[in-house]
Amino acid sequence: MAEQKDILEEHISSEYKYGFTSDIDTETAPPGLNEDIVRFISAKKNEPDWMLEYRLKAFRHWKTMEEPRYWAHLKYPEINFQNIIYYAAPKKKKELKSLDEVDPELLATFEKLGISLEEQKRLSGVQSTIAIDAVIDSVSVKTTFKEVLAEKGIIFCSFSEAVQEHPELVKKYMGSVVPYTDNFYATLNAAVFSDGSFCYIPKGVRCPMELSTYFRINTSGTGQFERTLIIADEGAYVSYLEGCTAPMRDENQLHAAVVEIVSHKNAEVKYSTVQNWYPGDKNGKGGIYNFVTKRGICLEENSKISWTQVETGSAITWKYPSVILKGDNSVGEFYSVAVTNNYQQADTGTKMTHIGKNTRSTIVSKGISAGQSNNSYRGLVRINKGAKNARNFSQCDSLLMSDKCGAHTFPYIEIKDKTAVVEHEATTSKIGEDQIFYCKQRGIDTEKAIGLIVNGYCKEVFNQLPMEFAVEAQKLLAVSLEGSVG
Amino acid sequence: MLSIKNLRAGIEGKEIIKGFNLEVKAGEVHAIMGPNGSGKSTLSNVLAGREDYVVTSGEVLFKEKNILEMSPEDRAREGLFLAFQYPIEIPGVSNINFLKTAINEIRAYKGLPPMEAKDFLKMVKEKQALVELQGSLANRSVNEGFSGGEKKRNEIFQMAMLEPTLAILDETDSGLDIDALRIVANGVNKLRSPQRSFIVITHYQRLLDYIVPDYVHVMYEGKIVKSGGKELALELEEKGYDWIKKEAVEA
Repeated sequence: MAEQKDILEEHISSEYKYGFTSDIDTETAPPGLNEDIVRFISAKKNEPDWMLEYRLKAFRHWKTMEEPRYWAHLKYPEINFQNIIYYAAPKKKKELKSLDEVDPELLATFEKLGISLEEQKRLSGVQSTIAIDAVIDSVSVKTTFKEVLAEKGIIFCSFSEAVQEHPELVKKYMGSVVPYTDNFYATLNAAVFSDGSFCYIPKGVRCPMELSTYFRINTSGTGQFERTLIIADEGAYVSYLEGCTAPMRDENQLHAAVVEIVSHKNAEVKYSTVQNWYPGDKNGKGGIYNFVTKRGICLEENSKISWTQVETGSAITWKYPSVILKGDNSVGEFYSVAVTNNYQQADTGTKMTHIGKNTRSTIVSKGISAGQSNNSYRGLVRINKGAKNARNFSQCDSLLMSDKCGAHTFPYIEIKDKTAVVEHEATTSKIGEDQIFYCKQRGIDTEKAIGLIVNGYCKEVFNQLPMEFAVEAQKLLAVSLEGSVG
Repeated sequence: MLSIKNLRAGIEGKEIIKGFNLEVKAGEVHAIMGPNGSGKSTLSNVLAGREDYVVTSGEVLFKEKNILEMSPEDRAREGLFLAFQYPIEIPGVSNINFLKTAINEIRAYKGLPPMEAKDFLKMVKEKQALVELQGSLANRSVNEGFSGGEKKRNEIFQMAMLEPTLAILDETDSGLDIDALRIVANGVNKLRSPQRSFIVITHYQRLLDYIVPDYVHVMYEGKIVKSGGKELALELEEKGYDWIKKEAVEA
């Protein structure tokens, strides 16, 4: 109870509590995009030629592409890609040896975000620690617990470091799930991506702690283009968390990330996101355009990939975490809660592509729309010929909190094999005055009643999140929907 | 305990309660009967503070406080409980979580700390037995997938947990078979005490065989037209409401 009260107070004092900016000494590229900028980024990172070539190939391809504007259920002004700064990095004075050498303002920033970059001692008992890769604007500033993980052969580092230290792995897997030609934003990312996280779990290793990347946009006028690559080798297991926030600004900032996951034989990757980019103000001014490509491949038999996302932030969200079920008996899951309030727009969902035999996928999507917002679920279930006995279950629920918001469901189903079993359920409901009155009659006020009802509605998804994240997600939901019933 | 004077109230511009008077003392059980459309359910909604209903005049004092100026949740926290005619489902919210939230909200209102988990669970066990509710039911989502009888028993279970000073039972007997009726009535009887009062709204005398009232009132066209002891219920069962309507018209 006390905790819930705090949430409310926090919310009253500031609408988006991560909206501060930090005065960090930053080095930026001039705005605009051309080959020189691509070369500039690559040079800044001291990249090998093959990496620069990859970027240039992507950039040249990008120039031939058109921004996809019409198929998603989204409305926004044209983006001028020449006005964006493609590289911004906190200035490094020298090679960092320890945390003591990191800019204190930067440490304070993460402190304020509730992210500790100190490697605390393991807490006793069941609670596990989390290893964090902290990315601010274009670069990773610190990765924790690297040494502890290295003992087990786990590689967890920034993408830039992986390019330097593990080129054979990066070359082998980068672009293998999301090729640089994939789509407009993925191609743009391939050309200008600045950093992100890299993670490799070797054969038979169960990662002993949650791995996490925390993304923070700080500098005005910048776009964030990070890239994450996760590889679970045969029989490996990893649970990966992603969090993100940005300052409150009047401008719209672009975030175009790529996440690739490769799951080998008998391996499992669980990827959880709590997305809390700045959503813009009450009148729809400012906020992040979150145009993200996330895809995983279950490469061999008995592999599993599970996406769980709680989307509360961003002015516009455009993302479809997907799974390619190539290996026989592989499993793909997608659990999503997407909340839109005020003038936010979301077009999100998943793609499950069944190629292997006896592959199974589950989709549970919970949309919540409030204010004047629009929330769309878009999902594709494709069962290829030869994917014998493939199964999919999809459940898409929408909850409306006001009379002015919209909820839309666009399920696409393509079945090329007769043995497939595909189930789809969809519901739309308005939050009940009856439910709220019932709670009030038991002594529970409106605010708390909405919290209870909405959390109940999202329970199936929250159950998939790691404990600490589930608590954060519930808090976020309460804050995002405060005062939204009408 | 409860004093209603000259209450006039309605919904969407239509007056339904037309000069209603009632005095309920601590420990008393009052039954309100009456034909369909006489305003019984409106009365319970108005007392509980449902926003759609508008009170145009009169006063309602509950423990000497004017509750018409209170929010529905504050009325509940003051000890007013309504057992719903149609209990609402809240998917994904466990009965236990729901009740724990409610109890702690009520305690916070009274300046008390949250209840200890151990005490809470003990109380759940004890009160479940009162209405012969299965343990598993308490862990299921509030009313979701409950049968009609389970929903009504759950209302009484919630009442037992929240320990109100005034409980209004809005047609709790409707839709119950004879066994469920007996269980519900037994539960209510065990909760009767010199400090707790009940208003039992019902169509039928049947419930009053089990929950024996101190007073029976007949409501017709928005007010009480006849009051008496428990024998009045029997008379109504035998003769129907027509003679009451006739009397009311003549008066």
